[in-house]
Amino acid sequence: MCLAIPAKIETIEGNKAEVDIRGLKRSIGLHMMPDAKVGEFVLIHAGFAIQRIDPKEAEETYRLLEETGITIT
Amino acid sequence: MINLDKFRDPVVAAKLVKRIEGLCDGPYSFMEVCGSHTMAISQFGIRGLIPRSIKLLSGPGCPVCVTSLYDIDRMIALAGLKDVIFTTFGDMIRVPGSHSSLREAKSQGADVRILYSPLDALQIAAENPGKQVVFAGVGFETTSPTIIATVLEAKEKGLENFSVYPAFKTVPHALKAILESGRTKIDGFLCPGHVSAIIGSAPYQFIPAEYQIPCVIAGFEPLDILESIVMLLEQLRSHKKEGLAFSVQTEYRRGVPDAGNPNALAMLDKVTEPCTAEWRAIGSIPETGLCFREKYVSFDAAKRFEVDVPPAIEPQGCICGQVMMGLHQPDECPMFGKKCTPESPVGPCMVSSEGACAAWYKYGTEN
Repeated sequence: MCLAIPAKIETIEGNKAEVDIRGLKRSIGLHMMPDAKVGEFVLIHAGFAIQRIDPKEAEETYRLLEETGITIT
Repeated sequence: MINLDKFRDPVVAAKLVKRIEGLCDGPYSFMEVCGSHTMAISQFGIRGLIPRSIKLLSGPGCPVCVTSLYDIDRMIALAGLKDVIFTTFGDMIRVPGSHSSLREAKSQGADVRILYSPLDALQIAAENPGKQVVFAGVGFETTSPTIIATVLEAKEKGLENFSVYPAFKTVPHALKAILESGRTKIDGFLCPGHVSAIIGSAPYQFIPAEYQIPCVIAGFEPLDILESIVMLLEQLRSHKKEGLAFSVQTEYRRGVPDAGNPNALAMLDKVTEPCTAEWRAIGSIPETGLCFREKYVSFDAAKRFEVDVPPAIEPQGCICGQVMMGLHQPDECPMFGKKCTPESPVGPCMVSSEGACAAWYKYGTEN
Protein backbone atom coordinates (compact mmCIF):
# COMPACT_ATOMS: atom_id res chain seq x y z
CA MET A 1 0.00 0.00 0.00
CA CYS A 2 2.94 2.32 0.67
CA LEU A 3 4.12 2.09 -2.90
CA ALA A 4 5.36 5.42 -4.23
CA ILE A 5 6.67 6.05 -7.71
CA PRO A 6 9.08 8.68 -9.00
CA ALA A 7 7.79 11.39 -11.31
CA LYS A 8 9.00 14.68 -12.76
CA ILE A 9 7.03 17.87 -12.19
CA GLU A 10 6.19 19.53 -15.50
CA THR A 11 3.78 22.33 -14.59
CA ILE A 12 2.37 23.72 -11.35
CA GLU A 13 -0.92 25.49 -10.79
CA GLY A 14 -1.91 26.27 -7.21
CA ASN A 15 -1.61 23.07 -5.21
CA LYS A 16 -1.83 20.84 -8.27
CA ALA A 17 0.91 19.75 -10.62
CA GLU A 18 1.14 17.89 -13.89
CA VAL A 19 3.76 15.19 -13.61
CA ASP A 20 5.46 12.80 -15.98
CA ILE A 21 5.62 9.22 -14.72
CA ARG A 22 7.78 7.44 -17.31
CA GLY A 23 5.81 9.02 -20.12
CA LEU A 24 2.43 8.88 -18.39
CA LYS A 25 1.00 12.33 -17.56
CA ARG A 26 -1.03 12.79 -14.42
CA SER A 27 -2.34 15.53 -12.21
CA ILE A 28 -1.25 15.23 -8.58
CA GLY A 29 -1.65 17.21 -5.35
CA LEU A 30 1.20 19.31 -4.00
CA HIS A 31 -0.52 19.86 -0.65
CA MET A 32 2.39 18.28 1.22
CA MET A 33 5.06 19.92 -0.90
CA PRO A 34 4.03 23.54 -1.37
CA ASP A 35 7.58 24.56 -2.26
CA ALA A 36 8.08 21.99 -5.04
CA LYS A 37 9.37 23.37 -8.33
CA VAL A 38 9.00 22.51 -11.99
CA GLY A 39 11.71 20.08 -13.06
CA GLU A 40 12.05 18.46 -9.64
CA PHE A 41 11.60 14.74 -9.09
CA VAL A 42 9.06 13.67 -6.51
CA LEU A 43 7.64 10.46 -5.09
CA ILE A 44 3.95 10.05 -5.92
CA HIS A 45 1.62 8.15 -3.60
CA ALA A 46 -2.18 8.04 -3.87
CA GLY A 47 -2.26 11.07 -6.15
CA PHE A 48 0.01 13.28 -4.05
CA ALA A 49 3.67 14.22 -4.11
CA ILE A 50 4.92 13.04 -0.71
CA GLN A 51 8.65 13.72 -0.94
CA ARG A 52 11.44 14.92 -3.23
CA ILE A 53 13.74 12.40 -4.82
CA ASP A 54 17.25 13.64 -4.86
CA PRO A 55 18.93 12.53 -8.12
CA LYS A 56 22.36 13.37 -6.63
CA GLU A 57 21.72 11.07 -3.67
CA ALA A 58 20.54 8.37 -6.08
CA GLU A 59 23.79 8.68 -8.06
CA GLU A 60 25.89 8.74 -4.91
CA THR A 61 24.16 5.67 -3.42
CA TYR A 62 24.64 3.76 -6.66
CA ARG A 63 28.29 4.79 -6.94
CA LEU A 64 28.95 3.53 -3.40
CA LEU A 65 27.16 0.26 -4.15
CA GLU A 66 29.18 -0.19 -7.32
CA GLU A 67 32.36 0.25 -5.31
CA THR A 68 31.31 -2.29 -2.68
CA GLY A 69 34.33 -4.18 -1.47
CA ILE A 70 33.93 -7.87 -0.94
CA THR A 71 36.80 -8.23 1.50
CA ILE A 72 35.73 -7.99 5.12
CA THR A 73 38.17 -6.24 7.38
CA MET B 1 14.16 10.85 -15.67
CA ILE B 2 16.21 9.41 -12.88
CA ASN B 3 17.51 6.03 -13.87
CA LEU B 4 16.54 3.76 -11.00
CA ASP B 5 16.82 0.62 -13.15
CA LYS B 6 20.46 0.38 -12.23
CA PHE B 7 19.35 -0.40 -8.67
CA ARG B 8 18.58 -3.82 -10.17
CA ASP B 9 22.07 -4.36 -11.62
CA PRO B 10 22.89 -8.07 -11.20
CA VAL B 11 26.68 -7.50 -11.16
CA VAL B 12 26.45 -5.12 -8.19
CA ALA B 13 23.88 -7.42 -6.56
CA ALA B 14 26.36 -10.31 -6.77
CA LYS B 15 29.00 -8.17 -5.04
CA LEU B 16 26.60 -7.24 -2.26
CA VAL B 17 25.63 -10.89 -1.80
CA LYS B 18 29.34 -11.80 -1.46
CA ARG B 19 29.73 -9.06 1.11
CA ILE B 20 26.70 -10.33 3.04
CA GLU B 21 28.19 -13.84 3.01
CA GLY B 22 31.46 -12.47 4.36
CA LEU B 23 29.83 -10.37 7.08
CA CYS B 24 27.26 -12.86 8.32
CA ASP B 25 28.61 -14.39 11.51
CA GLY B 26 25.60 -15.94 13.07
CA PRO B 27 21.99 -16.76 12.76
CA TYR B 28 20.17 -13.43 12.50
CA SER B 29 16.53 -12.48 12.16
CA PHE B 30 15.76 -9.19 10.43
CA MET B 31 12.23 -7.87 10.32
CA GLU B 32 10.84 -5.70 7.52
CA VAL B 33 7.83 -3.60 8.36
CA CYS B 34 6.47 -2.62 4.99
CA GLY B 35 4.26 -4.55 2.61
CA SER B 36 6.20 -3.16 -0.35
CA HIS B 37 9.40 -4.59 1.17
CA THR B 38 7.65 -7.91 1.71
CA MET B 39 6.72 -7.96 -1.97
CA ALA B 40 10.15 -6.79 -3.18
CA ILE B 41 11.97 -9.41 -1.08
CA SER B 42 9.83 -12.19 -2.55
CA GLN B 43 9.69 -10.79 -6.07
CA PHE B 44 13.46 -10.41 -6.40
CA GLY B 45 14.17 -13.69 -4.62
CA ILE B 46 16.30 -12.05 -1.91
CA ARG B 47 15.81 -14.95 0.54
CA GLY B 48 17.29 -17.33 -1.99
CA LEU B 49 20.32 -15.08 -2.56
CA ILE B 50 21.46 -14.57 1.03
CA PRO B 51 22.80 -17.14 3.50
CA ARG B 52 20.17 -19.33 5.13
CA SER B 53 21.40 -18.16 8.53
CA ILE B 54 19.70 -14.80 7.86
CA LYS B 55 15.98 -15.06 8.37
CA LEU B 56 13.84 -12.28 6.89
CA LEU B 57 10.62 -11.86 8.85
CA SER B 58 7.59 -9.90 7.69
CA GLY B 59 6.33 -7.62 10.42
CA PRO B 60 3.00 -5.81 10.60
CA GLY B 61 3.75 -3.77 7.46
CA CYS B 62 0.61 -4.33 5.47
CA PRO B 63 -2.04 -1.77 6.49
CA VAL B 64 -4.90 -3.87 5.16
CA CYS B 65 -3.69 -6.90 7.13
CA VAL B 66 -3.52 -5.02 10.44
CA THR B 67 -6.95 -3.39 10.07
CA SER B 68 -9.11 -4.91 12.79
CA LEU B 69 -12.06 -7.05 11.88
CA TYR B 70 -14.15 -4.68 14.01
CA ASP B 71 -13.25 -1.81 11.66
CA ILE B 72 -13.72 -3.94 8.52
CA ASP B 73 -17.18 -5.04 9.66
CA ARG B 74 -18.13 -1.44 10.39
CA MET B 75 -16.89 -0.21 7.02
CA ILE B 76 -18.93 -2.92 5.26
CA ALA B 77 -21.98 -1.91 7.30
CA LEU B 78 -21.41 1.76 6.40
CA ALA B 79 -21.14 0.87 2.73
CA GLY B 80 -24.57 -0.77 2.95
CA LEU B 81 -26.30 2.33 4.32
CA LYS B 82 -28.82 4.05 2.09
CA ASP B 83 -27.45 7.13 0.33
CA VAL B 84 -23.82 6.29 1.15
CA ILE B 85 -21.16 6.09 -1.55
CA PHE B 86 -18.31 4.16 0.03
CA THR B 87 -14.90 4.91 -1.48
CA THR B 88 -11.70 3.01 -0.85
CA PHE B 89 -8.27 2.06 -2.15
CA GLY B 90 -8.44 -1.20 -4.07
CA ASP B 91 -6.65 -3.33 -1.47
CA MET B 92 -9.57 -3.22 0.96
CA ILE B 93 -12.30 -4.43 -1.34
CA ARG B 94 -11.69 -8.19 -1.09
CA VAL B 95 -10.85 -8.38 2.61
CA PRO B 96 -13.42 -10.66 4.21
CA GLY B 97 -15.20 -9.29 7.24
CA SER B 98 -16.95 -11.57 9.70
CA HIS B 99 -19.87 -12.12 7.35
CA SER B 100 -19.24 -10.23 4.12
CA SER B 101 -16.74 -8.05 2.27
CA LEU B 102 -16.93 -4.69 0.50
CA ARG B 103 -16.96 -6.59 -2.78
CA GLU B 104 -19.89 -8.71 -1.64
CA ALA B 105 -21.69 -5.62 -0.38
CA LYS B 106 -21.15 -4.05 -3.82
CA SER B 107 -22.54 -7.10 -5.57
CA GLN B 108 -25.61 -6.80 -3.37
CA GLY B 109 -26.20 -3.25 -4.46
CA ALA B 110 -24.04 -1.08 -2.20
CA ASP B 111 -22.34 1.81 -3.99
CA VAL B 112 -18.67 0.92 -3.38
CA ARG B 113 -16.06 2.64 -5.56
CA ILE B 114 -12.34 2.01 -5.82
CA LEU B 115 -10.25 5.16 -6.07
CA TYR B 116 -6.62 5.78 -6.91
CA SER B 117 -6.50 8.96 -4.87
CA PRO B 118 -8.70 10.13 -1.97
CA LEU B 119 -8.95 13.48 -3.81
CA ASP B 120 -11.19 11.72 -6.34
CA ALA B 121 -13.74 11.25 -3.54
CA LEU B 122 -14.21 15.02 -3.40
CA GLN B 123 -15.21 15.09 -7.04
CA ILE B 124 -17.79 12.37 -6.31
CA ALA B 125 -19.04 14.32 -3.27
CA ALA B 126 -19.42 17.49 -5.34
CA GLU B 127 -21.32 15.62 -8.06
CA ASN B 128 -23.62 13.85 -5.58
CA PRO B 129 -24.82 16.49 -3.12
CA GLY B 130 -27.71 14.28 -1.99
CA LYS B 131 -25.37 11.43 -0.99
CA GLN B 132 -22.81 10.92 1.73
CA VAL B 133 -19.33 10.02 0.47
CA VAL B 134 -17.23 8.03 2.93
CA PHE B 135 -13.56 7.17 2.40
CA ALA B 136 -11.91 4.17 4.07
CA GLY B 137 -9.13 5.74 6.13
CA VAL B 138 -6.73 2.82 6.05
CA GLY B 139 -2.98 3.29 5.88
CA PHE B 140 0.28 4.12 7.58
CA GLU B 141 2.05 7.48 7.70
CA THR B 142 2.72 7.34 3.94
CA THR B 143 -0.98 7.30 3.18
CA SER B 144 -2.68 9.11 6.08
CA PRO B 145 -1.39 12.57 5.00
CA THR B 146 -2.97 12.10 1.56
CA ILE B 147 -6.34 11.42 3.21
CA ILE B 148 -5.93 14.23 5.73
CA ALA B 149 -4.97 16.66 2.92
CA THR B 150 -8.24 15.62 1.29
CA VAL B 151 -10.15 16.36 4.51
CA LEU B 152 -8.58 19.82 4.62
CA GLU B 153 -9.54 20.44 1.02
CA ALA B 154 -13.11 19.28 1.72
CA LYS B 155 -13.28 21.74 4.61
CA GLU B 156 -11.95 24.53 2.42
CA LYS B 157 -14.48 23.75 -0.30
CA GLY B 158 -17.30 23.41 2.24
CA LEU B 159 -18.07 19.84 1.14
CA GLU B 160 -20.13 18.63 4.05
CA ASN B 161 -21.11 15.30 2.53
CA PHE B 162 -17.57 13.88 2.76
CA SER B 163 -16.16 11.96 5.72
CA VAL B 164 -13.48 9.40 6.54
CA TYR B 165 -13.70 6.20 8.54
CA PRO B 166 -10.49 6.54 10.58
CA ALA B 167 -8.56 3.28 10.83
CA PHE B 168 -5.11 4.85 10.44
CA LYS B 169 -2.07 3.23 12.01
CA THR B 170 1.38 4.54 12.83
CA VAL B 171 4.50 2.39 12.72
CA PRO B 172 7.07 3.23 15.44
CA HIS B 173 4.99 2.36 18.51
CA ALA B 174 3.87 -0.86 16.84
CA LEU B 175 7.54 -1.89 16.66
CA LYS B 176 7.80 -1.07 20.34
CA ALA B 177 4.81 -3.32 21.05
CA ILE B 178 6.45 -6.20 19.18
CA LEU B 179 9.69 -5.69 21.11
CA GLU B 180 7.83 -5.35 24.41
CA SER B 181 5.98 -8.62 23.79
CA GLY B 182 9.38 -10.31 24.01
CA ARG B 183 8.10 -13.13 21.83
CA THR B 184 10.08 -12.47 18.68
CA LYS B 185 13.87 -12.55 18.38
CA ILE B 186 14.79 -9.59 16.19
CA ASP B 187 18.40 -8.65 15.44
CA GLY B 188 17.64 -5.75 13.13
CA PHE B 189 14.84 -3.79 11.51
CA LEU B 190 14.51 -2.86 7.85
CA CYS B 191 12.46 0.28 8.40
CA PRO B 192 9.82 1.30 5.84
CA GLY B 193 11.17 3.70 3.20
CA HIS B 194 8.04 5.60 2.31
CA VAL B 195 6.66 5.82 5.85
CA SER B 196 10.06 7.30 6.70
CA ALA B 197 9.81 9.73 3.77
CA ILE B 198 7.09 11.32 5.90
CA ILE B 199 8.23 10.72 9.50
CA GLY B 200 12.02 10.86 9.00
CA SER B 201 14.50 8.85 11.02
CA ALA B 202 14.06 10.27 14.54
CA PRO B 203 10.94 8.25 15.56
CA TYR B 204 12.96 5.00 15.38
CA GLN B 205 15.80 6.22 17.64
CA PHE B 206 14.35 4.47 20.69
CA ILE B 207 14.96 1.08 19.06
CA PRO B 208 18.78 1.18 19.13
CA ALA B 209 18.80 3.34 22.28
CA GLU B 210 16.44 1.31 24.46
CA TYR B 211 16.45 -2.13 22.87
CA GLN B 212 19.98 -2.28 21.38
CA ILE B 213 18.75 -3.26 17.94
CA PRO B 214 20.11 -1.72 14.71
CA CYS B 215 17.75 -0.09 12.20
CA VAL B 216 18.21 0.71 8.52
CA ILE B 217 15.64 2.69 6.53
CA ALA B 218 15.55 0.78 3.26
CA GLY B 219 14.56 1.50 -0.33
CA PHE B 220 12.60 -0.90 -2.51
CA GLU B 221 14.90 -2.00 -5.30
CA PRO B 222 16.88 -5.24 -4.91
CA LEU B 223 20.18 -3.39 -4.43
CA ASP B 224 18.55 -1.20 -1.76
CA ILE B 225 17.44 -4.25 0.18
CA LEU B 226 20.75 -6.08 -0.17
CA GLU B 227 22.69 -2.96 0.87
CA SER B 228 20.39 -2.49 3.87
CA ILE B 229 21.16 -6.05 4.97
CA VAL B 230 24.88 -5.25 4.56
CA MET B 231 24.42 -2.16 6.76
CA LEU B 232 22.62 -4.14 9.49
CA LEU B 233 25.36 -6.79 9.43
CA GLU B 234 28.06 -4.10 9.59
CA GLN B 235 26.41 -2.55 12.63
CA LEU B 236 26.17 -5.96 14.31
CA ARG B 237 29.79 -6.66 13.50
CA SER B 238 31.20 -3.37 14.77
CA HIS B 239 29.06 -3.70 17.88
CA LYS B 240 30.49 -7.15 18.53
CA LYS B 241 34.11 -6.30 17.66
CA GLU B 242 34.48 -2.74 18.86
CA GLY B 243 31.50 -2.25 21.15
CA LEU B 244 30.06 0.48 18.89
CA ALA B 245 26.50 1.57 19.73
CA PHE B 246 23.68 0.67 17.36
CA SER B 247 21.97 3.41 15.37
CA VAL B 248 19.30 4.25 12.82
CA GLN B 249 20.90 4.52 9.39
CA THR B 250 19.26 5.47 6.12
CA GLU B 251 20.09 3.49 3.03
CA TYR B 252 17.21 5.10 1.06
CA ARG B 253 18.80 8.54 1.17
CA ARG B 254 17.42 9.61 -2.19
CA GLY B 255 13.88 9.64 -0.76
CA VAL B 256 14.28 10.07 2.99
CA PRO B 257 15.65 13.28 4.48
CA ASP B 258 16.31 12.95 8.23
CA ALA B 259 13.43 15.31 9.04
CA GLY B 260 10.93 13.49 6.79
CA ASN B 261 8.25 15.77 5.35
CA PRO B 262 7.48 18.49 7.93
CA ASN B 263 4.51 19.81 5.90
CA ALA B 264 2.84 16.41 5.94
CA LEU B 265 3.54 15.98 9.65
CA ALA B 266 2.11 19.43 10.42
CA MET B 267 -1.03 18.57 8.46
CA LEU B 268 -1.48 15.31 10.39
CA ASP B 269 -0.97 17.14 13.67
CA LYS B 270 -3.46 19.85 12.73
CA VAL B 271 -6.29 17.43 12.03
CA THR B 272 -5.55 14.33 14.11
CA GLU B 273 -4.05 13.27 17.42
CA PRO B 274 -2.46 9.98 18.46
CA CYS B 275 -4.84 7.50 20.04
CA THR B 276 -4.93 3.83 20.90
CA ALA B 277 -5.53 1.59 17.88
CA GLU B 278 -6.67 -1.99 17.56
CA TRP B 279 -4.26 -4.03 15.39
CA ARG B 280 -5.72 -7.15 13.91
CA ALA B 281 -4.48 -10.28 15.66
CA ILE B 282 -1.96 -8.23 17.63
CA GLY B 283 -4.29 -6.29 19.87
CA SER B 284 -4.64 -2.80 21.14
CA ILE B 285 -1.50 -0.61 21.00
CA PRO B 286 -1.37 2.87 22.58
CA GLU B 287 -0.31 5.83 20.40
CA THR B 288 -0.57 3.92 17.11
CA GLY B 289 -3.84 5.32 15.82
CA LEU B 290 -4.78 8.75 14.53
CA CYS B 291 -8.12 10.12 15.70
CA PHE B 292 -9.76 13.32 14.52
CA ARG B 293 -9.23 16.35 16.73
CA GLU B 294 -12.37 17.96 18.12
CA LYS B 295 -12.31 20.71 15.48
CA TYR B 296 -12.46 18.13 12.67
CA VAL B 297 -14.70 15.57 14.31
CA SER B 298 -17.48 16.28 11.79
CA PHE B 299 -15.31 14.44 9.23
CA ASP B 300 -15.27 11.29 11.37
CA ALA B 301 -17.54 8.78 9.62
CA ALA B 302 -17.42 6.48 12.65
CA LYS B 303 -19.14 9.25 14.64
CA ARG B 304 -21.33 10.60 11.84
CA PHE B 305 -23.11 7.31 11.13
CA GLU B 306 -24.66 4.86 13.53
CA VAL B 307 -24.15 1.26 12.49
CA ASP B 308 -25.14 -1.76 14.48
CA VAL B 309 -22.51 -4.45 14.02
CA PRO B 310 -22.43 -7.82 15.78
CA PRO B 311 -19.17 -8.90 17.48
CA ALA B 312 -16.41 -9.80 15.01
CA ILE B 313 -15.70 -13.47 14.24
CA GLU B 314 -12.05 -14.18 13.34
CA PRO B 315 -11.43 -16.92 10.74
CA GLN B 316 -10.64 -20.23 12.42
CA GLY B 317 -7.09 -21.50 12.20
CA CYS B 318 -5.57 -18.43 10.49
CA ILE B 319 -2.09 -17.57 11.83
CA CYS B 320 -1.78 -14.21 10.04
CA GLY B 321 -1.30 -12.44 13.38
CA GLN B 322 1.59 -14.69 14.32
CA VAL B 323 3.11 -14.21 10.87
CA MET B 324 2.94 -10.43 11.34
CA MET B 325 4.62 -10.76 14.74
CA GLY B 326 7.46 -12.67 13.08
CA LEU B 327 6.62 -15.83 15.04
CA HIS B 328 5.85 -17.96 12.00
CA GLN B 329 6.65 -17.90 8.30
CA PRO B 330 3.63 -18.19 5.96
CA ASP B 331 4.41 -21.75 4.81
CA GLU B 332 4.26 -22.96 8.40
CA CYS B 333 0.49 -22.49 8.33
CA PRO B 334 -1.29 -25.80 7.58
CA MET B 335 -3.81 -23.94 5.40
CA PHE B 336 -1.15 -22.13 3.30
CA GLY B 337 -1.64 -22.86 -0.41
CA LYS B 338 -4.27 -25.48 0.39
CA LYS B 339 -7.38 -24.16 2.04
CA CYS B 340 -6.01 -20.60 1.85
CA THR B 341 -5.02 -19.17 -1.54
CA PRO B 342 -5.27 -15.71 -3.12
CA GLU B 343 -8.37 -16.91 -5.02
CA SER B 344 -10.00 -18.13 -1.84
CA PRO B 345 -8.23 -16.40 1.06
CA VAL B 346 -8.97 -17.26 4.68
CA GLY B 347 -7.10 -14.41 6.35
CA PRO B 348 -5.88 -10.92 5.52
CA CYS B 349 -2.21 -11.87 4.93
CA MET B 350 -3.37 -13.83 1.87
CA VAL B 351 -5.97 -11.29 0.70
CA SER B 352 -3.87 -8.19 0.44
CA SER B 353 -1.58 -8.19 -2.59
CA GLU B 354 1.26 -7.24 -0.28
CA GLY B 355 0.46 -9.54 2.60
CA ALA B 356 3.27 -11.94 3.57
CA CYS B 357 1.23 -15.04 2.67
CA ALA B 358 0.22 -13.61 -0.73
CA ALA B 359 3.88 -12.74 -1.47
CA TRP B 360 5.08 -16.24 -0.55
CA TYR B 361 2.27 -17.83 -2.56
CA LYS B 362 2.92 -15.71 -5.64
CA TYR B 363 6.71 -15.95 -5.75
CA GLY B 364 7.36 -19.33 -4.08
CA THR B 365 8.41 -20.25 -0.58
CA GLU B 366 12.11 -20.45 -1.45
CA ASN B 367 12.28 -16.75 -2.25
